[in-house]
Amino acid sequence: MSALTFTLKYSPDQRVDMSPLVCHQLKDLAVSDIAALTLQSGKRKLRVDELFTIDGSDTQNIVIKNSVDNLDFIGKELEGGSISVEGDAGAYLGFGMKAGEIKVSGNAGLYAACEMKKGYLEVSGNAGDFLGAALPGNKMGMKGGTILVKGNVGERAGDHMRRGNILIEGNAGDYCGSRMTAGTIAVMGQTGRYLGYAMRRGTLLLWTQPQLSASFNDCGAHTLAFLPILFASFKSLNSKFADASSAFNRVQRFAGDMSEMGRGEVLVKR
Amino acid sequence: MIINGVTIDATFAEAFPMKATRAIITAQNEKWAMISAQAMTGFATSVIACGCEAGIERTLSPEETPDGRAGVSIMIFAMGGKGLAKQLETRAGQCVLTSPTSALFAGIDGGIRIPLGKNLRYFGDGFQIAKVISGKRYWRIPVMDGEFLSEATTGRVDAIGGGNFLVLAESQPQALTACEAAIEEMRKIPNVIMPFPGGVVRSGSKVGSKYKTLNASTNDAFCPTLKGATKTDLSPEIESVMEIVIDGLTKEDIAKAMRVGIQAVCDLGADNGIKRISAGNYGGKLGPFHFHLQEIMA
Repeated sequence: MSALTFTLKYSPDQRVDMSPLVCHQLKDLAVSDIAALTLQSGKRKLRVDELFTIDGSDTQNIVIKNSVDNLDFIGKELEGGSISVEGDAGAYLGFGMKAGEIKVSGNAGLYAACEMKKGYLEVSGNAGDFLGAALPGNKMGMKGGTILVKGNVGERAGDHMRRGNILIEGNAGDYCGSRMTAGTIAVMGQTGRYLGYAMRRGTLLLWTQPQLSASFNDCGAHTLAFLPILFASFKSLNSKFADASSAFNRVQRFAGDMSEMGRGEVLVKR
Repeated sequence: MIINGVTIDATFAEAFPMKATRAIITAQNEKWAMISAQAMTGFATSVIACGCEAGIERTLSPEETPDGRAGVSIMIFAMGGKGLAKQLETRAGQCVLTSPTSALFAGIDGGIRIPLGKNLRYFGDGFQIAKVISGKRYWRIPVMDGEFLSEATTGRVDAIGGGNFLVLAESQPQALTACEAAIEEMRKIPNVIMPFPGGVVRSGSKVGSKYKTLNASTNDAFCPTLKGATKTDLSPEIESVMEIVIDGLTKEDIAKAMRVGIQAVCDLGADNGIKRISAGNYGGKLGPFHFHLQEIMA
Protein backbone atom coordinates (compact mmCIF):
# COMPACT_ATOMS: atom_id res chain seq x y z
CA MET A 1 0.00 0.00 0.00
CA SER A 2 1.56 3.28 -1.09
CA ALA A 3 1.53 6.48 0.94
CA LEU A 4 -1.53 8.69 0.72
CA THR A 5 -0.07 11.58 -1.26
CA PHE A 6 -1.54 15.06 -1.56
CA THR A 7 0.13 17.04 -4.33
CA LEU A 8 -0.69 20.77 -4.21
CA LYS A 9 -2.07 21.93 -7.56
CA TYR A 10 -1.53 25.65 -7.02
CA SER A 11 -0.43 28.00 -4.27
CA PRO A 12 -3.63 29.21 -2.56
CA ASP A 13 -4.07 32.94 -2.02
CA GLN A 14 -5.44 32.50 1.48
CA ARG A 15 -4.07 30.41 4.31
CA VAL A 16 -5.43 26.86 4.44
CA ASP A 17 -6.35 24.95 7.59
CA MET A 18 -4.93 21.45 6.98
CA SER A 19 -6.06 20.01 10.29
CA PRO A 20 -8.58 17.53 8.78
CA LEU A 21 -5.80 15.77 6.88
CA VAL A 22 -4.24 13.82 9.74
CA CYS A 23 -3.77 10.06 9.91
CA HIS A 24 -6.30 9.29 12.64
CA GLN A 25 -9.06 11.33 11.02
CA LEU A 26 -8.56 9.73 7.60
CA LYS A 27 -8.43 6.20 8.95
CA ASP A 28 -11.09 3.99 7.37
CA LEU A 29 -12.04 6.66 4.83
CA ALA A 30 -12.05 5.83 1.10
CA VAL A 31 -10.01 8.08 -1.19
CA SER A 32 -13.26 9.45 -2.63
CA ASP A 33 -14.42 10.42 0.85
CA ILE A 34 -11.09 12.10 1.55
CA ALA A 35 -11.36 14.00 -1.73
CA ALA A 36 -14.76 15.31 -0.65
CA LEU A 37 -13.54 16.67 2.69
CA THR A 38 -13.42 20.44 2.92
CA LEU A 39 -10.60 22.65 4.12
CA GLN A 40 -11.09 26.17 5.44
CA SER A 41 -9.22 28.71 3.34
CA GLY A 42 -9.84 32.28 4.32
CA LYS A 43 -13.61 32.62 4.33
CA ARG A 44 -14.08 29.85 1.77
CA LYS A 45 -14.22 26.09 2.12
CA LEU A 46 -12.27 24.17 -0.49
CA ARG A 47 -12.70 20.51 -1.36
CA VAL A 48 -9.48 18.57 -0.87
CA ASP A 49 -9.44 17.49 -4.52
CA GLU A 50 -9.84 21.11 -5.57
CA LEU A 51 -6.52 21.91 -3.94
CA PHE A 52 -4.65 18.61 -4.24
CA THR A 53 -4.31 15.67 -6.56
CA ILE A 54 -4.55 12.53 -4.46
CA ASP A 55 -2.57 9.32 -4.95
CA GLY A 56 -2.07 6.24 -2.81
CA SER A 57 -4.25 4.98 0.00
CA ASP A 58 -2.17 4.38 3.15
CA THR A 59 -3.77 6.86 5.52
CA GLN A 60 -1.16 6.15 8.20
CA ASN A 61 1.58 7.37 5.91
CA ILE A 62 0.73 10.78 4.45
CA VAL A 63 2.87 12.78 2.03
CA ILE A 64 2.16 16.42 1.16
CA LYS A 65 4.00 17.43 -1.99
CA ASN A 66 4.71 20.93 -3.31
CA SER A 67 3.79 22.26 0.10
CA VAL A 68 3.94 26.02 0.68
CA ASP A 69 4.14 28.22 3.75
CA ASN A 70 0.44 29.04 3.96
CA LEU A 71 -0.65 25.48 4.69
CA ASP A 72 -1.33 25.77 8.43
CA PHE A 73 -2.08 23.20 11.11
CA ILE A 74 -0.43 20.30 9.28
CA GLY A 75 -0.51 17.27 11.60
CA LYS A 76 -2.74 18.96 14.18
CA GLU A 77 -3.18 16.68 17.21
CA LEU A 78 -1.66 13.79 15.30
CA GLU A 79 -2.28 10.54 17.17
CA GLY A 80 0.02 8.23 15.23
CA GLY A 81 1.36 7.44 11.79
CA SER A 82 3.64 9.70 9.81
CA ILE A 83 3.30 12.88 7.76
CA SER A 84 6.01 13.90 5.35
CA VAL A 85 5.92 17.44 3.98
CA GLU A 86 7.86 18.09 0.81
CA GLY A 87 8.37 21.84 0.77
CA ASP A 88 7.49 24.40 3.43
CA ALA A 89 4.88 24.18 6.15
CA GLY A 90 2.80 27.04 7.45
CA ALA A 91 2.03 27.99 11.04
CA TYR A 92 1.06 25.59 13.81
CA LEU A 93 2.81 22.58 12.27
CA GLY A 94 2.20 19.56 14.56
CA PHE A 95 0.00 21.64 16.86
CA GLY A 96 -0.74 19.57 19.99
CA MET A 97 0.52 16.38 18.35
CA LYS A 98 0.13 13.33 20.59
CA ALA A 99 2.16 10.67 18.79
CA GLY A 100 3.66 9.75 15.44
CA GLU A 101 6.14 11.54 13.25
CA ILE A 102 6.17 14.67 11.09
CA LYS A 103 9.05 15.54 8.75
CA VAL A 104 9.31 18.73 6.75
CA SER A 105 11.91 19.07 4.02
CA GLY A 106 11.67 22.87 3.93
CA ASN A 107 10.91 25.53 6.51
CA ALA A 108 8.18 25.71 9.13
CA GLY A 109 6.26 28.81 10.18
CA LEU A 110 5.21 30.24 13.53
CA TYR A 111 4.26 28.04 16.47
CA ALA A 112 5.60 24.76 15.07
CA ALA A 113 5.03 21.94 17.59
CA CYS A 114 2.98 24.33 19.70
CA GLU A 115 1.82 22.49 22.84
CA MET A 116 3.16 19.22 21.43
CA LYS A 117 2.58 16.27 23.76
CA LYS A 118 4.55 13.39 22.31
CA GLY A 119 6.06 12.11 19.06
CA TYR A 120 8.80 13.34 16.77
CA LEU A 121 8.89 16.45 14.58
CA GLU A 122 11.75 17.18 12.20
CA VAL A 123 12.26 20.35 10.16
CA SER A 124 15.12 20.26 7.68
CA GLY A 125 15.06 24.00 7.11
CA ASN A 126 14.32 26.81 9.54
CA ALA A 127 11.46 27.16 12.02
CA GLY A 128 9.68 30.37 12.94
CA ASP A 129 9.05 32.01 16.29
CA PHE A 130 7.48 30.20 19.23
CA LEU A 131 8.77 26.73 18.32
CA GLY A 132 7.35 24.25 20.88
CA ALA A 133 5.73 27.11 22.76
CA ALA A 134 2.33 27.62 24.37
CA LEU A 135 -0.49 29.47 22.69
CA PRO A 136 -0.73 33.07 23.85
CA GLY A 137 -2.31 33.08 27.29
CA ASN A 138 -1.70 29.40 27.90
CA LYS A 139 0.75 28.29 30.57
CA MET A 140 2.05 25.04 29.14
CA GLY A 141 4.02 24.72 25.95
CA MET A 142 5.53 21.49 24.70
CA LYS A 143 4.90 18.65 27.15
CA GLY A 144 6.87 15.82 25.58
CA GLY A 145 8.44 14.35 22.45
CA THR A 146 11.37 15.54 20.39
CA ILE A 147 11.73 18.39 17.90
CA LEU A 148 14.73 18.50 15.59
CA VAL A 149 15.40 21.62 13.51
CA LYS A 150 18.37 21.43 11.18
CA GLY A 151 18.35 25.11 10.38
CA ASN A 152 17.73 28.15 12.56
CA VAL A 153 14.77 28.95 14.76
CA GLY A 154 13.08 32.23 15.53
CA GLU A 155 12.39 33.91 18.82
CA ARG A 156 10.84 32.42 21.95
CA ALA A 157 11.71 28.80 21.13
CA GLY A 158 10.41 26.62 23.95
CA ASP A 159 8.38 29.38 25.58
CA HIS A 160 6.58 27.84 28.59
CA MET A 161 8.05 24.44 27.65
CA ARG A 162 7.20 21.73 30.18
CA ARG A 163 9.02 18.56 29.05
CA GLY A 164 10.70 16.97 25.99
CA ASN A 165 13.64 17.90 23.80
CA ILE A 166 14.11 20.69 21.27
CA LEU A 167 17.26 20.13 19.23
CA ILE A 168 18.48 22.98 17.04
CA GLU A 169 21.46 22.47 14.76
CA GLY A 170 21.57 26.13 13.74
CA ASN A 171 21.01 29.35 15.65
CA ALA A 172 18.20 30.35 17.96
CA GLY A 173 16.64 33.80 18.19
CA ASP A 174 16.05 35.99 21.22
CA TYR A 175 14.28 34.73 24.34
CA CYS A 176 15.21 31.08 23.64
CA GLY A 177 13.81 28.97 26.49
CA SER A 178 11.85 31.86 27.94
CA ARG A 179 9.52 30.97 30.81
CA MET A 180 10.52 27.30 30.59
CA THR A 181 9.11 25.08 33.31
CA ALA A 182 11.25 22.06 32.42
CA GLY A 183 12.65 20.09 29.48
CA THR A 184 15.78 20.40 27.39
CA ILE A 185 16.67 22.76 24.54
CA ALA A 186 19.97 22.10 22.80
CA VAL A 187 21.39 24.69 20.42
CA MET A 188 24.53 23.98 18.39
CA GLY A 189 24.75 27.46 16.89
CA GLN A 190 24.46 30.93 18.35
CA THR A 191 21.73 32.08 20.69
CA GLY A 192 20.19 35.53 20.88
CA ARG A 193 19.54 37.96 23.72
CA TYR A 194 17.56 37.19 26.87
CA LEU A 195 18.38 33.49 26.78
CA GLY A 196 16.27 31.60 29.34
CA TYR A 197 14.32 34.72 30.27
CA ALA A 198 12.23 33.93 33.38
CA MET A 199 12.91 30.21 33.10
CA ARG A 200 11.93 28.29 36.24
CA ARG A 201 13.49 24.89 35.59
CA GLY A 202 14.85 23.07 32.54
CA THR A 203 18.13 22.81 30.70
CA LEU A 204 19.56 24.91 27.89
CA LEU A 205 22.45 22.98 26.40
CA LEU A 206 24.75 25.10 24.26
CA TRP A 207 27.79 24.57 22.11
CA THR A 208 28.81 28.22 22.14
CA GLN A 209 29.04 30.74 24.96
CA PRO A 210 25.83 32.81 25.05
CA GLN A 211 25.26 36.39 26.05
CA LEU A 212 23.74 35.76 29.45
CA SER A 213 21.59 38.05 31.52
CA ALA A 214 22.79 39.22 34.92
CA SER A 215 20.18 36.94 36.49
CA PHE A 216 22.17 33.81 35.57
CA ASN A 217 24.89 32.83 38.05
CA ASP A 218 28.04 30.90 37.23
CA CYS A 219 28.18 27.54 39.08
CA GLY A 220 31.56 26.51 37.66
CA ALA A 221 32.79 23.75 35.35
CA HIS A 222 31.47 20.25 35.86
CA THR A 223 31.40 16.77 34.36
CA LEU A 224 27.76 15.70 34.40
CA ALA A 225 26.79 12.03 34.33
CA PHE A 226 23.45 12.50 32.61
CA LEU A 227 24.92 14.04 29.47
CA PRO A 228 26.29 10.78 27.96
CA ILE A 229 22.84 9.24 28.45
CA LEU A 230 21.17 12.24 26.83
CA PHE A 231 23.52 12.15 23.83
CA ALA A 232 23.09 8.37 23.52
CA SER A 233 19.35 8.96 23.14
CA PHE A 234 20.05 11.09 20.04
CA LYS A 235 21.99 8.35 18.25
CA SER A 236 19.06 7.17 16.14
CA LEU A 237 18.44 10.67 14.75
CA ASN A 238 19.46 11.74 11.28
CA SER A 239 21.27 14.72 12.70
CA LYS A 240 24.53 16.24 13.82
CA PHE A 241 23.28 15.49 17.31
CA ALA A 242 23.82 11.79 16.58
CA ASP A 243 27.53 12.26 15.84
CA ALA A 244 29.73 10.97 18.65
CA SER A 245 32.00 13.96 17.98
CA SER A 246 29.16 16.31 18.97
CA ALA A 247 28.77 14.75 22.41
CA PHE A 248 30.39 16.12 25.55
CA ASN A 249 29.97 15.79 29.28
CA ARG A 250 32.14 18.66 30.48
CA VAL A 251 30.20 21.91 30.83
CA GLN A 252 30.15 25.32 32.43
CA ARG A 253 26.97 25.50 34.46
CA PHE A 254 24.96 28.68 34.95
CA ALA A 255 21.91 28.66 37.23
CA GLY A 256 18.92 30.85 36.55
CA ASP A 257 16.78 32.69 35.96
CA MET A 258 17.38 34.07 39.46
CA SER A 259 14.63 36.61 38.89
CA GLU A 260 12.33 33.59 38.84
CA MET A 261 12.75 30.45 40.99
CA GLY A 262 16.26 29.87 39.58
CA ARG A 263 16.17 26.10 39.25
CA GLY A 264 16.92 26.22 35.54
CA GLU A 265 20.36 25.81 34.07
CA VAL A 266 22.39 26.85 31.06
CA LEU A 267 25.09 24.29 30.27
CA VAL A 268 27.80 25.46 27.90
CA LYS A 269 30.25 23.05 26.30
CA ARG A 270 33.77 23.38 27.74
CA MET B 1 23.74 -41.62 40.77
CA ILE B 2 27.52 -41.37 41.13
CA ILE B 3 29.64 -38.78 39.27
CA ASN B 4 33.43 -39.10 39.53
CA GLY B 5 33.01 -41.05 42.76
CA VAL B 6 30.62 -38.49 44.26
CA THR B 7 27.17 -39.79 45.22
CA ILE B 8 24.29 -37.57 44.14
CA ASP B 9 21.48 -38.14 46.62
CA ALA B 10 17.99 -38.95 45.36
CA THR B 11 16.61 -35.85 47.01
CA PHE B 12 15.62 -32.34 46.10
CA ALA B 13 16.13 -28.72 47.07
CA GLU B 14 12.94 -26.97 48.09
CA ALA B 15 12.57 -23.33 47.09
CA PHE B 16 10.05 -20.57 47.64
CA PRO B 17 8.49 -17.75 45.65
CA MET B 18 10.16 -14.40 46.26
CA LYS B 19 10.14 -10.92 44.73
CA ALA B 20 13.32 -9.70 43.09
CA THR B 21 14.84 -6.63 41.57
CA ARG B 22 18.09 -5.71 39.91
CA ALA B 23 20.04 -2.46 39.93
CA ILE B 24 23.15 -1.34 38.11
CA ILE B 25 25.73 0.67 39.98
CA THR B 26 28.35 2.56 38.00
CA ALA B 27 31.27 4.65 39.17
CA GLN B 28 34.46 6.30 38.00
CA ASN B 29 36.08 2.87 37.85
CA GLU B 30 35.28 -0.75 38.65
CA LYS B 31 36.93 -0.48 42.06
CA TRP B 32 34.46 2.15 43.26
CA ALA B 33 31.48 0.53 41.59
CA MET B 34 32.37 -2.68 43.42
CA ILE B 35 32.83 -0.90 46.75
CA SER B 36 29.37 0.61 46.39
CA ALA B 37 27.86 -2.72 45.30
CA GLN B 38 29.44 -4.55 48.22
CA ALA B 39 28.04 -1.98 50.63
CA MET B 40 24.58 -2.22 49.08
CA THR B 41 24.52 -6.02 49.24
CA GLY B 42 26.07 -6.25 52.70
CA PHE B 43 24.18 -7.85 55.60
CA ALA B 44 21.79 -9.52 53.20
CA THR B 45 22.54 -13.23 53.49
CA SER B 46 19.13 -14.48 54.56
CA VAL B 47 15.61 -13.13 54.88
CA ILE B 48 15.50 -14.78 58.31
CA ALA B 49 17.09 -11.73 59.90
CA CYS B 50 18.36 -9.41 57.17
CA GLY B 51 15.05 -8.48 55.57
CA CYS B 52 16.32 -9.47 52.16
CA GLU B 53 18.88 -11.55 50.32
CA ALA B 54 21.19 -9.65 48.03
CA GLY B 55 24.28 -10.28 46.02
CA ILE B 56 26.48 -9.15 43.19
CA GLU B 57 25.42 -10.72 39.93
CA ARG B 58 28.42 -9.68 37.85
CA THR B 59 30.64 -6.82 36.80
CA LEU B 60 29.70 -4.84 33.69
CA SER B 61 32.01 -3.36 31.09
CA PRO B 62 31.55 0.33 30.17
CA GLU B 63 29.82 -0.77 26.94
CA GLU B 64 27.14 -2.55 28.97
CA THR B 65 26.20 0.31 31.30
CA PRO B 66 23.83 3.21 30.62
CA ASP B 67 26.42 5.92 31.29
CA GLY B 68 29.41 4.24 29.67
CA ARG B 69 31.33 3.74 32.91
CA ALA B 70 32.38 0.56 34.66
CA GLY B 71 29.55 -1.00 36.60
CA VAL B 72 28.28 -3.80 38.79
CA SER B 73 24.91 -5.52 38.58
CA ILE B 74 23.33 -6.39 41.91
CA MET B 75 20.14 -8.29 42.74
CA ILE B 76 17.92 -8.12 45.80
CA PHE B 77 15.35 -10.76 46.79
CA ALA B 78 12.69 -10.45 49.48
CA MET B 79 9.60 -12.36 50.55
CA GLY B 80 7.21 -9.54 49.59
CA GLY B 81 7.03 -6.54 47.30
CA LYS B 82 6.75 -3.96 50.07
CA GLY B 83 9.74 -5.34 51.94
CA LEU B 84 11.76 -5.44 48.76
CA ALA B 85 10.98 -1.81 47.92
CA LYS B 86 11.94 -0.69 51.42
CA GLN B 87 15.22 -2.61 51.38
CA LEU B 88 16.09 -1.29 47.92
CA GLU B 89 15.43 2.29 48.89
CA THR B 90 17.25 2.28 52.20
CA ARG B 91 20.24 0.45 50.77
CA ALA B 92 20.39 2.72 47.72
CA GLY B 93 20.20 5.77 49.96
CA GLN B 94 22.78 4.69 52.49
CA CYS B 95 25.19 2.73 50.31
CA VAL B 96 25.08 4.10 46.75
CA LEU B 97 24.06 7.73 47.18
CA THR B 98 26.87 8.03 49.70
CA SER B 99 29.49 6.26 47.59
CA PRO B 100 31.89 8.57 45.68
CA THR B 101 31.26 9.01 41.93
CA SER B 102 28.42 6.47 41.90
CA ALA B 103 25.32 6.43 39.71
CA LEU B 104 22.38 4.07 39.94
CA PHE B 105 20.27 2.59 37.15
CA ALA B 106 17.43 0.11 36.72
CA GLY B 107 18.48 -3.44 35.95
CA ILE B 108 15.01 -4.63 34.93
CA ASP B 109 13.03 -2.69 32.34
CA GLY B 110 9.68 -4.43 32.68
CA GLY B 111 7.90 -5.71 35.77
CA ILE B 112 6.18 -3.67 38.44
CA ARG B 113 8.00 -0.37 38.93
CA ILE B 114 9.43 0.28 42.38
CA PRO B 115 11.28 3.40 43.52
CA LEU B 116 15.02 3.59 42.98
CA GLY B 117 15.93 7.28 42.97
CA LYS B 118 12.31 8.43 43.04
CA ASN B 119 12.33 9.23 46.75
CA LEU B 120 16.08 9.70 47.16
CA ARG B 121 15.58 12.87 45.16
CA TYR B 122 14.33 14.67 48.26
CA PHE B 123 17.89 14.57 49.54
CA GLY B 124 18.44 17.28 46.93
CA ASP B 125 16.40 19.68 49.09
CA GLY B 126 14.69 21.26 46.12
CA PHE B 127 17.83 21.52 43.97
CA GLN B 128 17.23 18.09 42.38
CA ILE B 129 16.54 17.99 38.64
CA ALA B 130 14.45 15.44 36.74
CA LYS B 131 15.35 14.44 33.20
CA VAL B 132 13.20 12.19 31.07
CA ILE B 133 15.45 10.60 28.47
CA SER B 134 14.09 8.01 26.01
CA GLY B 135 11.03 7.51 28.19
CA LYS B 136 13.02 6.90 31.38
CA ARG B 137 13.03 9.36 34.22
CA TYR B 138 16.33 10.16 35.89
CA TRP B 139 17.01 12.26 38.95
CA ARG B 140 20.08 14.45 39.22
CA ILE B 141 20.76 15.08 42.88
CA PRO B 142 23.44 17.61 43.78
CA VAL B 143 25.97 16.12 46.20
CA MET B 144 29.35 17.26 47.46
CA ASP B 145 31.39 15.39 44.82
CA GLY B 146 29.22 16.64 41.93
CA GLU B 147 25.91 15.06 41.00
CA PHE B 148 24.37 11.72 41.95
CA LEU B 149 22.43 10.39 38.98
CA SER B 150 19.75 7.81 39.60
CA GLU B 151 17.03 6.32 37.47
CA ALA B 152 13.67 6.95 39.16
CA THR B 153 12.47 3.35 39.22
CA THR B 154 13.51 -0.19 38.55
CA GLY B 155 11.48 -3.33 37.89
CA ARG B 156 10.22 -5.85 40.40
CA VAL B 157 9.56 -9.38 39.19
CA ASP B 158 8.46 -12.69 40.64
CA ALA B 159 11.45 -14.86 41.48
CA ILE B 160 12.54 -17.93 43.41
CA GLY B 161 14.71 -18.16 46.50
CA GLY B 162 16.23 -21.02 48.39
CA GLY B 163 17.60 -23.29 45.70
CA ASN B 164 20.48 -25.14 47.34
CA PHE B 165 22.81 -28.07 47.47
CA LEU B 166 25.06 -29.50 50.18
CA VAL B 167 28.64 -30.57 49.69
CA LEU B 168 29.64 -33.44 52.00
CA ALA B 169 33.41 -33.88 52.29
CA GLU B 170 35.99 -35.77 54.28
CA SER B 171 37.51 -32.56 55.65
CA GLN B 172 36.71 -28.90 56.11
CA PRO B 173 39.41 -27.64 53.68
CA GLN B 174 38.20 -30.05 51.01
CA ALA B 175 34.57 -28.94 51.42
CA LEU B 176 35.58 -25.30 51.15
CA THR B 177 37.78 -25.87 48.10
CA ALA B 178 34.92 -27.65 46.37
CA CYS B 179 32.48 -24.86 47.21
CA GLU B 180 34.91 -22.23 45.94
CA ALA B 181 35.17 -24.09 42.65
CA ALA B 182 31.38 -24.30 42.45
CA ILE B 183 30.88 -20.60 43.17
CA GLU B 184 33.44 -19.62 40.53
CA GLU B 185 31.42 -21.45 37.89
CA MET B 186 27.99 -20.40 39.23
CA ARG B 187 28.91 -16.71 39.11
CA LYS B 188 29.10 -17.03 35.34
CA ILE B 189 25.37 -17.80 35.21
CA PRO B 190 23.11 -14.74 34.77
CA ASN B 191 19.99 -14.00 36.83
CA VAL B 192 21.20 -15.74 40.00
CA ILE B 193 22.94 -14.74 43.19
CA MET B 194 24.46 -16.80 45.98
CA PRO B 195 23.74 -14.49 48.93
CA PHE B 196 25.84 -16.01 51.71
CA PRO B 197 29.42 -14.94 52.52
CA GLY B 198 31.52 -15.83 49.50
CA GLY B 199 28.45 -17.71 48.25
CA VAL B 200 28.89 -20.45 50.86
CA VAL B 201 26.98 -21.13 54.09
CA ARG B 202 28.39 -23.36 56.80
CA SER B 203 25.42 -23.07 59.14
CA GLY B 204 22.53 -24.56 57.22
CA SER B 205 19.33 -24.47 59.25
CA LYS B 206 16.26 -26.57 59.82
CA VAL B 207 12.81 -25.18 60.53
CA GLY B 208 12.01 -24.76 64.23
CA SER B 209 13.93 -25.12 67.44
CA LYS B 210 13.59 -26.50 70.92
CA TYR B 211 13.51 -22.84 71.96
CA LYS B 212 10.04 -21.45 71.31
CA THR B 213 11.25 -18.01 70.26
CA LEU B 214 13.36 -19.33 67.39
CA ASN B 215 11.99 -20.19 63.96
CA ALA B 216 15.16 -21.86 62.75
CA SER B 217 18.04 -23.71 64.29
CA THR B 218 21.11 -25.68 63.30
CA ASN B 219 20.56 -28.52 60.87
CA ASP B 220 21.74 -31.16 63.35
CA ALA B 221 21.26 -34.03 60.90
CA PHE B 222 24.12 -32.58 58.84
CA CYS B 223 26.37 -31.48 61.73
CA PRO B 224 29.40 -33.78 61.71
CA THR B 225 30.17 -33.33 65.40
CA LEU B 226 26.70 -34.67 66.24
CA LYS B 227 26.98 -37.88 64.25
CA GLY B 228 26.71 -39.96 67.41
CA ALA B 229 24.35 -37.66 69.27
CA THR B 230 21.40 -37.12 66.93
CA LYS B 231 19.56 -38.77 64.07
CA THR B 232 22.29 -38.06 61.56
CA ASP B 233 22.27 -38.01 57.78
CA LEU B 234 26.03 -38.37 57.64
CA SER B 235 28.17 -41.45 57.17
CA PRO B 236 31.22 -41.89 59.42
CA GLU B 237 33.79 -40.52 56.93
CA ILE B 238 32.02 -37.12 56.50
CA GLU B 239 33.77 -34.45 58.56
CA SER B 240 32.41 -31.26 57.02
CA VAL B 241 29.28 -30.12 55.18
CA MET B 242 28.83 -26.80 53.39
CA GLU B 243 25.83 -25.45 51.56
CA ILE B 244 25.39 -23.20 48.58
CA VAL B 245 22.10 -21.29 48.44
CA ILE B 246 20.86 -19.86 45.15
CA ASP B 247 18.23 -17.20 44.48
CA GLY B 248 17.23 -16.71 40.87
CA LEU B 249 14.72 -15.09 38.61
CA THR B 250 13.37 -18.36 37.19
CA LYS B 251 13.41 -22.07 37.95
CA GLU B 252 15.57 -22.63 34.88
CA ASP B 253 18.16 -20.09 36.06
CA ILE B 254 18.48 -21.81 39.43
CA ALA B 255 18.62 -25.28 37.89
CA LYS B 256 21.36 -24.15 35.53
CA ALA B 257 23.39 -22.65 38.36
CA MET B 258 22.95 -25.80 40.45
CA ARG B 259 24.06 -27.96 37.55
CA VAL B 260 27.31 -26.07 36.89
CA GLY B 261 28.01 -25.81 40.62
CA ILE B 262 27.48 -29.49 41.33
CA GLN B 263 29.48 -30.39 38.24
CA ALA B 264 32.41 -28.26 39.44
CA VAL B 265 32.29 -30.05 42.79
CA CYS B 266 32.10 -33.44 41.12
CA ASP B 267 35.04 -32.58 38.87
CA LEU B 268 37.17 -32.52 42.02
CA GLY B 269 35.66 -35.90 42.83
CA ALA B 270 36.14 -38.51 45.51
CA ASP B 271 39.93 -38.28 45.14
CA ASN B 272 39.73 -34.82 46.67
CA GLY B 273 37.56 -35.94 49.54
CA ILE B 274 34.15 -35.06 48.11
CA LYS B 275 31.80 -37.90 48.98
CA ARG B 276 28.21 -36.78 48.50
CA ILE B 277 25.97 -34.04 47.18
CA SER B 278 22.67 -33.59 48.99
CA ALA B 279 20.08 -30.83 49.32
CA GLY B 280 17.92 -29.17 51.92
CA ASN B 281 14.17 -29.57 51.91
CA TYR B 282 11.18 -29.64 54.22
CA GLY B 283 9.57 -32.76 52.88
CA GLY B 284 8.10 -30.85 49.97
CA LYS B 285 5.39 -29.35 52.15
CA LEU B 286 6.51 -25.71 52.29
CA GLY B 287 8.03 -24.66 48.99
CA PRO B 288 6.36 -25.15 45.60
CA PHE B 289 9.63 -25.36 43.67
CA HIS B 290 11.52 -28.67 43.87
CA PHE B 291 14.95 -29.08 42.31
CA HIS B 292 15.68 -32.81 42.12
CA LEU B 293 19.44 -33.27 42.11
CA GLN B 294 19.51 -36.37 39.95
CA GLU B 295 17.21 -34.80 37.35
CA ILE B 296 19.37 -31.69 37.22
CA MET B 297 22.53 -33.73 36.75
CA ALA B 298 20.99 -36.23 34.30
